[in-house]
Amino acid sequence: MDGLRVGGYRRGVGHRLDTRLVGWRRTLRVMTERFVTRGFVGRPRPDGEGTAGDARSRTPPGQYLTTDFPVLSAGPTPRTPLDRWSFFIEGLVREPMTWTWDEFTALPARDWTVDISCVTKWTKLDMRWRGVSVDTLFEAVELLPTAAFAIASSDGGYTTNLPISDILNGQAFVAWEYDGKPLAPEHGGPARLVVPGRYFWKSAKWVRGIRLLDRDVPGFWEGLGYHNRGDQWLEERYSGD
Amino acid sequence: MADDTTVDPVEGQVLDGNAVGGLLATAFGAEMTEVPGECAHCGTVSMVGELRAYVRAPGTVLRCPACSGVVLRVVETPNATLIDVRGAAYLRFERR
Ligand SMILES: [Zn+2]
Repeated sequence: MDGLRVGGYRRGVGHRLDTRLVGWRRTLRVMTERFVTRGFVGRPRPDGEGTAGDARSRTPPGQYLTTDFPVLSAGPTPRTPLDRWSFFIEGLVREPMTWTWDEFTALPARDWTVDISCVTKWTKLDMRWRGVSVDTLFEAVELLPTAAFAIASSDGGYTTNLPISDILNGQAFVAWEYDGKPLAPEHGGPARLVVPGRYFWKSAKWVRGIRLLDRDVPGFWEGLGYHNRGDQWLEERYSGD
Repeated sequence: MADDTTVDPVEGQVLDGNAVGGLLATAFGAEMTEVPGECAHCGTVSMVGELRAYVRAPGTVLRCPACSGVVLRVVETPNATLIDVRGAAYLRFERR
């Protein structure tokens, strides 16, 4: 296990990182050299991590800690058979790409231990996932210089928007395992986008692809009152409030 | 993937539009549960109270019982209520 915690971010960390496409290995080295802070990089330790004070400092404003994994859903659970599942990257890329399930899950994957915060106010610490970084996916397509925004789309019609700078450099991944088991359909399986540095509605369940654009297009909740960026450390819950 | 013996926890959370009648009355300023509306996706006419209500989400999503398409969405922010009616071809209010 080489779990990297990225959920405990404070604002600004992502912006200080070089946003050019780099392999996650190099990114990891850069991040550990320059930005090691407690609760940011490193696997949970038996000696003090997980204490009450640590848990408090990792809980964003207005959130409460939970140990269960609440199921939130805006619609019926899609159940796409794996032999008909695929994942695309399209839009402002040199060569659009589609992976089958077998191809996708053969990509270089890693374990991620991250803290997750939902806009409905629960926060869950040390959630363990396995999946592939968005960096790895983008390396396969080569982004055009005009690509600045991403919109993720899911089975069932859900969408969410993110600036590319919010999902590069190990800030986002597509997971197909949670807690050592295949990701359950009610939690977004077979595969879910996970963006620990943003409220959990940005972590699209049942994700099937990412489209790259030169302009920002609001997603399902962003287009109806929820904040466009959704940084839980800044309590960016609603737009215009 | 689908396993008939699997209990989907989401299905157990789904309500009907009557369960969110208070929210809708506040949002629209009118009693809504017996208002008929046409699904913009499939043309099925249902009363708002018959729509399938997904309430365990950032907002409330009301879906067509025939095609599952989104008919209405309601989000309450601290200062406003936003209603998305794009999924309804029409809503019919009787004049009394
Ligand atoms: Zn319909």
